Amino acid sequence: MTPLKERLVQLEVLRYNPDTDTEAHFQHYEVVCQEEWVVLDALNKVKADIDPTLNYRWSCHMAVCGSCGMMINGEPKLSCHAFLRDYQGVIRVEPLAHFPVERDLVTAPDDFMDKLKRVKPYVIPKEMKPISEGEYRQTPAQLMKFRQYSMCINCMLCYAACPQYGLTPSFIGPAALTLAHRYNQDSRDGGRKERQEVVATHEGVWECTFVGACSEVCPAHVDPASALQQMKITSSIDWIVEHLIPGGKP
Amino acid sequence: MTKSHKPVVWFPFAAGGTVIAFCIPVIVVLTFLAALGHMPAGLSYERLHAFAANGVGKLVLFGVISLSLWSSAHRLRCTCYDFGLRADTLVATVLYVAAILGGIAAALFLLRI
Repeated sequence: MTPLKERLVQLEVLRYNPDTDTEAHFQHYEVVCQEEWVVLDALNKVKADIDPTLNYRWSCHMAVCGSCGMMINGEPKLSCHAFLRDYQGVIRVEPLAHFPVERDLVTAPDDFMDKLKRVKPYVIPKEMKPISEGEYRQTPAQLMKFRQYSMCINCMLCYAACPQYGLTPSFIGPAALTLAHRYNQDSRDGGRKERQEVVATHEGVWECTFVGACSEVCPAHVDPASALQQMKITSSIDWIVEHLIPGGKP
Repeated sequence: MTKSHKPVVWFPFAAGGTVIAFCIPVIVVLTFLAALGHMPAGLSYERLHAFAANGVGKLVLFGVISLSLWSSAHRLRCTCYDFGLRADTLVATVLYVAAILGGIAAALFLLRI
């Protein structure tokens, strides 16, 4: 086995303590890391050896939990998925863009959580049936229609990447709308009409201008941009049925 | 929250986007071919003129031109919005009016052929 290569990593981390600071400032750290590590490892080393006051969120260290999202050199990334070998020079680490900062790299996700609830991201059964009738069955083809969109880990990188969310905070945003689409596409679900009350509004899919940054930054390979465009088509058809066809109800 | 009426402008935008994706690359290639003097015989001036003189041909050309203009206007409106130009009503009015005028001009020219 080849030995791990050591490297002196320089970090510029945005610090903010609401108790003492009036505004955020960058702090410079130099820390010896292994070349194979990720940015989260470097932050952990800083916290363990240099500065225990540094705050950030993380949990799984394997791109599954979605807790450690931050801006790394200006790009929204999971810090457990950002390999040091991909960065040269000083690595700039900032809290996730477009969210209020609570402390250092910790942001408040309340706005996203509220929007998530509004799109009803759960199966609203088409028809309830007694347990004695058995499970709701699905074919592989029916599963494939929504499987991709169910891979979201709620890391909010797409919100940090979306220029529309940055400019218009009332926008429901990529992840929440994509989850609405995920349940709309589910053969067991009958809740699309209820979700349309949020999806088809101006703050819903119509705020999206198809920049596509959400799909580029998604660490779970969900394609929120495609979900939103598909919902624009179905919402447009609804609109035509509702307004142009006499007696039409979507 | 009330549902948005955005489909009115978005549907022709989507249709125009599809038209652009299919037609514009072909038109670019044909323009280069024509410039280099390699126009296929089937696309000679006389034949294209006859196509534009035909009623169905006029309708196709009008559809391609007006939808492409509308799509481009809407795309430009979104781009302005993305770049933070928040005077959306003004931007939308100017661009959509330009697209509509272009569509009317296309219709008038086609009717004169």
